[in-house]
Amino acid sequence: MASRPRTLYEKIWDAHVVERRDANDSRGTCLIYIDRHLVHEVTSPQAFEALRAAGRTVRRPDLTLAVPDHNLPTTARRDSAGARIPIADPESAQQLAALERNAPEFGIRYIGDADAQQGIVHVVGPEQGFSLPGATIVCGDSHTACHGGLGALAFGIGTSEVEHVLATQTLLLAPAKTMEVRVEGSLGPGVTAKDLVLHICGVLRASGGTGYVIEYTGSAIRDLSVEGRLTVSNMAIEHGARAGLIAPDDTTFAYVKGRPYAPRGADWDAAITWWRSLTTDPGARYDKVVTIDAADIVPSVTWGTSPEDVVPITGTVPAPENFADPSKQDAARKSLEYMGLVPGEPMTGIAIQNVFIGSCTNSRIEDLRAAAAVLNGRRKSANVKWAIVVPGSGLVKAQAEAEGLDRVFIDAGFEWREPGCSACLGMNPDKVPPGERCASTSNRNFVGRQGPGSRTHLVSPATAAASAVAGRLADVRELDRQ
Amino acid sequence: MEPLREVSGRAIPFGRKNIDTDVIIPAKWLKTITRDGLGRGAFETLREDPGNLFDSPEFAGSPILIAGDNFGCGSSREHAAWALLDLGVRAVIAPSFSDIFSGNAFKNGIVTVVLPQTAIDRLMEVAQTDPVSIDLESQTVTTPFQDRFTFEIDPFRKHCLLEGLDEVGLTLARGDAIARYENDAKAALPWLAKGVEHA
Repeated sequence: MASRPRTLYEKIWDAHVVERRDANDSRGTCLIYIDRHLVHEVTSPQAFEALRAAGRTVRRPDLTLAVPDHNLPTTARRDSAGARIPIADPESAQQLAALERNAPEFGIRYIGDADAQQGIVHVVGPEQGFSLPGATIVCGDSHTACHGGLGALAFGIGTSEVEHVLATQTLLLAPAKTMEVRVEGSLGPGVTAKDLVLHICGVLRASGGTGYVIEYTGSAIRDLSVEGRLTVSNMAIEHGARAGLIAPDDTTFAYVKGRPYAPRGADWDAAITWWRSLTTDPGARYDKVVTIDAADIVPSVTWGTSPEDVVPITGTVPAPENFADPSKQDAARKSLEYMGLVPGEPMTGIAIQNVFIGSCTNSRIEDLRAAAAVLNGRRKSANVKWAIVVPGSGLVKAQAEAEGLDRVFIDAGFEWREPGCSACLGMNPDKVPPGERCASTSNRNFVGRQGPGSRTHLVSPATAAASAVAGRLADVRELDRQ
Repeated sequence: MEPLREVSGRAIPFGRKNIDTDVIIPAKWLKTITRDGLGRGAFETLREDPGNLFDSPEFAGSPILIAGDNFGCGSSREHAAWALLDLGVRAVIAPSFSDIFSGNAFKNGIVTVVLPQTAIDRLMEVAQTDPVSIDLESQTVTTPFQDRFTFEIDPFRKHCLLEGLDEVGLTLARGDAIARYENDAKAALPWLAKGVEHA
């Protein structure tokens, strides 16, 4: 057993097998132990209700953390006297109230809407040291793939599985296939982790990763900061992958060390020893390997209504007839009609009316620094009507304010908001108006994603900032030269 | 969960590719705290078109949906499965499904049938006028015209669907094995086993 070379995925999987349903079937369904469970208000009410109805309890409340994020308005949540400002939408209020009630009832640690630690679950988990390398991490949210940037096996689950994890701290899972996406070389100036992962979305297409856990490897990945790695792994789901993984290394350990829930003392030493073993062994086989040259990647932007609809910012809107697949031709025509775009139009000619900097993909401090660096001393164009920055957590917000980034954004004409998921999916009041375009640092450009009729262009924080200044989608490298 | 042995009836010849769960059920419908009544929001944007299949007298309430590649991609929202169930859909046939959607569907007694595009094309044609039948035990899809397509399904999922098993109940019965794992983990990976006690 010990000598067979294994991938990183197999090592984490093997360490979490409670039992095999069929002892003779090594590829069959296993009962897998879950180390960390993040809970938010949207996908949990029915799970708690089911537990209550069956008289069941939460097996390991101490491995569970509840944080509201999707529905919260990003405007002030307390008045000057410290009293809660009521939430206008009764359904949002009801869902938030349900989590606030369910978490203490089931003994789960709850970070409240006005706590300094509140934020998007996928920002809070790593930030608090709750998400750790080598852990199995789940949440009723597809962007749980994010935590794979730390070298954790992390994936989104549905509400029935949320209930299953709450009740048993396990999941019944069949092993995934493995894919290596190797990115060698260095990213050029103005090219970020977001551009890298958008590029991968274009290469793998929206379903290229279906059935796989993807391990991102190569020098371009190793050179990324942990926050950059979280951005890459976050979008693994946008190419259909069950999870993304990046092997933990000294960069990871330096990031984790000292965080509130991170191991300390002897625990830390034992953890480091195990974490160092979490690499894919030489000779281990992936089911599929995709190689990408970092030099091919430029700032990337989407033109359509699937994250696979990626072009370089220097490119043009594609013509549907140029796609080989007839069903993609049809989908592209529908996308272009929805997006109000004409084939051949240069991407940098597309005027935008809204800019959103935020989401679990790009709302961490380095993202805000990158956007602020572009905006420093500049102002958004007059045709950008709405530009908001939504920090990923209260701690990110406080850090940004300590660095004076909030002033840079406000002086540039942006609104500086409270943390949450916000206009990534518009479950709260932050929506892009119908027919209007948004340069957005989020992860999905689906039809109606940012509000009914909204038109989303996915970009990096630097590109979003440059586009705000230009009033159209812009190449941040051009702005730097001005 | 009700046992599921076969699904027969008209099939909605939808056929579109990369249908994400935002299309199946838009975010504004996710604010519910129950599982019921989501059929009203199912495919809401597509149903703004008065000629849509989902509201047509011929296909409304059909138990089978035929879709394109990568059905259910995107968000993990189980509301997508609940919305389909509320529409009356008990089976979806497509060349591929997102992993999360497929799991959610199965846990709600909806079978996801993977068939090659050539079979999908044929079923899309049949579905225009005639019913389609899915038999879970024999893992086959048949039509009145002697078409017969076999499909693969995870044996455990098949077993749970056929017997209508409650997965949580099944796993709770394995409490001893879970406790053993937790004990071992306390020795092997103590910092993981400790959870939020560190704070």
